[in-house]
Amino acid sequence: MKKHNILLFLMLTLLVWSCKDDEFLNRKPVNVLNEDQVWTNASVALNVLVDLYDRNNEYQRTDKWYEFTNFDEAFPSAAGDYGRARIGDFGYGDWADWDYGYIRELNMFIEKCSKATKMDDQNERVRMVAEARFLRAVNYFEKVKRMGGVPLILEVMTYNYSGDPSYLRHARAKESDIYDFVIAELDTVKSLLPNSASEKSRASKAAALAVQSRAALYAASIARYGATTPEVSLPGGEVGIPAAKAEGYYQKALAAAQEIITDGKYSLYQKNPDLQENFAAVFYDEDNNNEAILVRDYKLKSGKIVGFTLVNQPWSGAEDLEGGRLNPSLNLVQSFEKLDNTAASLDIRNGNDFVYYNSLTDIFAGRDARLGGTVILPGTKFKGKPVDIWAGYMLADGTKVTANTYAGKGRLPGKTEDQQVVGYDGPINSLEFTAQTGFYVRKYMDPNPGSGMRGPQSGLWWIQYRYAEVLLNAAEAAFELNQPALAATYMNQVRARAGLTTPLTAGEITFDRIVHERKVELAFEGHILWDLKRWRLAHKVWNGQAVNLTTNPMKADEPSTRPFGLWPYKYYNPGNPNDGKYVFEVVVPREVTNSRRFRMGNYYSNINDGIIASNPLLVRNPNQN
Amino acid sequence: MKAFKYLIFIFISAFAVSCAYDNYDEPESQLTGKIVYNGEPLGLSVGEVSFQLYEPGWQLKAPINVTIAADGSYSALLFDASYKLIIPQNQGPFRNIPVNGSDTIVVDLRGKTVKDIEVMPYYMVRNPQFSASGRKVTATFKAEKIITDANAKSIERVNLYVNKTTLVDNRNEYKIKEASLNGSAITNPDNITLSLDVPDITPTQNYVFARVGIKISGVEKMIFSPVQKINL
Repeated sequence: MKKHNILLFLMLTLLVWSCKDDEFLNRKPVNVLNEDQVWTNASVALNVLVDLYDRNNEYQRTDKWYEFTNFDEAFPSAAGDYGRARIGDFGYGDWADWDYGYIRELNMFIEKCSKATKMDDQNERVRMVAEARFLRAVNYFEKVKRMGGVPLILEVMTYNYSGDPSYLRHARAKESDIYDFVIAELDTVKSLLPNSASEKSRASKAAALAVQSRAALYAASIARYGATTPEVSLPGGEVGIPAAKAEGYYQKALAAAQEIITDGKYSLYQKNPDLQENFAAVFYDEDNNNEAILVRDYKLKSGKIVGFTLVNQPWSGAEDLEGGRLNPSLNLVQSFEKLDNTAASLDIRNGNDFVYYNSLTDIFAGRDARLGGTVILPGTKFKGKPVDIWAGYMLADGTKVTANTYAGKGRLPGKTEDQQVVGYDGPINSLEFTAQTGFYVRKYMDPNPGSGMRGPQSGLWWIQYRYAEVLLNAAEAAFELNQPALAATYMNQVRARAGLTTPLTAGEITFDRIVHERKVELAFEGHILWDLKRWRLAHKVWNGQAVNLTTNPMKADEPSTRPFGLWPYKYYNPGNPNDGKYVFEVVVPREVTNSRRFRMGNYYSNINDGIIASNPLLVRNPNQN
Repeated sequence: MKAFKYLIFIFISAFAVSCAYDNYDEPESQLTGKIVYNGEPLGLSVGEVSFQLYEPGWQLKAPINVTIAADGSYSALLFDASYKLIIPQNQGPFRNIPVNGSDTIVVDLRGKTVKDIEVMPYYMVRNPQFSASGRKVTATFKAEKIITDANAKSIERVNLYVNKTTLVDNRNEYKIKEASLNGSAITNPDNITLSLDVPDITPTQNYVFARVGIKISGVEKMIFSPVQKINL
């Protein structure tokens, strides 16, 4: 009983205390900044903006290496991601983006920052408002790419607690309206943004123009090539753009690109005379790189680091216990054309016999320098260490001697001792981190020591917009506007940098050329899906049929549904002149058991039932269930 | 020990109580039928074509998707209600037949109901004949053009598919071999012949299932003949 009394006493005193002082409830929080603190100090407001920069939703980026393997460009050499090698039908909900929370915060930033007349740095305030509007335009572009026309919300919507929230519902705008908004908005903000090539991780004038050029080009090609797939449209125009608008959009795309080009602040990166190394350096040299226009930046020792090099470094020279995940496919490798401007498969067979090569790299000789800059080929080096990619010994009768572990041993006929019969980097089927297609990725691999360790990782940026793409945008727009000579001028600049010094003539610029050039120049930069979608080629290229590797890599609509590999073997036939030389075989990696199929309903992602249930004004995208 | 007994008691009572709650009647009304043209069911791909049922009046507006089987039939277990049946555009190799200008079909479901849905296919596979000699399967059929007005579409290609099981269509998991003929190469649509050699099957079986299909240009899903078992 006594205990009870004490307890009661304690409780009472507690209550008395907590009620006593009013200030207790009015103390300033020490873990959050309040509105006044944010909107009076430009450097604090910038922190809010940085978060908004970070949240822009991009598909395929160096921090999401696995998304590069969803198509025919690459194979995932990691046990947890083999499912991506087995993609059959793409899901209708893939690539959907309905993040209006982000749009709301952008709108909120724009509203509050615009009114922040008490901010200490007013020039910075104007710039930040422009940047937020830039980000909002970029995000609407991202949404329209994925979903088609979406509701265009440009203000902060607030619920009035009346019991009927239906006034907050907005119908989808037309697809062309969203593109028009993006283009017009960027026209407005470009003059408010700094016009400086050294401004890369924050929006600049050139960044606004680069986004505008890409967006206008997308809209234009949807208008022009959408005519080939009339079923991908909605009567209200939420999906599909009338063909008559193509001309205007192409002109806009060309004008925006030309504004960057004639301004002369940016140029193609050409510091290194070794063209392969030079192309790789476009992505790893952050010092005075005049090609990058807008980047997503990372920084060593800052907590914001990226593990792309860590997870993709060649396994034989790995600095930590992982690597080798992203394996470019032979489909991509053979697309890099020969120096005489023709495209052809690699020479593997000579009639009924193999073609014998003295060294592993000979088969790739005389090709576009971007090949070596994008892909780590067998027989080459990364970070000064040679990669060890060969699948085994090929005997004279065609049987193979190989092993199923990294640098595994086996016995050749006539020998008394075991020896290494497979490369340290494979390729070995179903063994993760080996180059299961015979290739590793090079683009965006950081050559600095430590970039392959789990601790430090890499501070290498991700380039969202670069000058070469602007040139290709200009080339495509000029071609579509019947100015092939102008298109050739722009395209030849990009090609000359890659060692393709014989310029293409105006007559040689075709639609297939445009498609092909973007494929090889912009591989692993997050373009393949959107490009094939806007040209309405996706359903032809990923048609679900288990087709063989094409022999015509230049043809734009050639089906390519599975990532193929190219496996080198050492030829073992003592006494034969070809003994010790290399032969190659085209393989389908064992984990690739299905063929990708892109259905008409994949052109625009599914808006899920929950969203439609809460806003019945939304119409569904076509060709889905 | 006592605590243990209590625990057991609590467990048992928890089970006893939970059984009494939240049990709705299961749906008992069956809606069945076929997708037909002039009463003849259409051959479709395996579980790829579907239609939607909406039951108006509820808070949420999500459709019930009903998948149509390869032989054109469908069935769904539902509650008694008045449903709106919609076949979304471009869903199958056919066009809807609007009734009074509307493509919505009202289905008043009371108990077991059979409802055949009339549609206009672009093409029909007529008179498919399959034969086998050795491991070579040959099929002949007639591709009859049903829609001939402004909405008419041409044939992109015709195919013969064989599979180990009765599920046969153009997708990889439903075929082991196919023969293909481009639409431009068809000289006489009344008499199209396709043939292929059946590959070795493991484990060995001395029969396959075959089907011919028409891919209509601009229409994603194909129209097929009925599935035919062929003894090799």
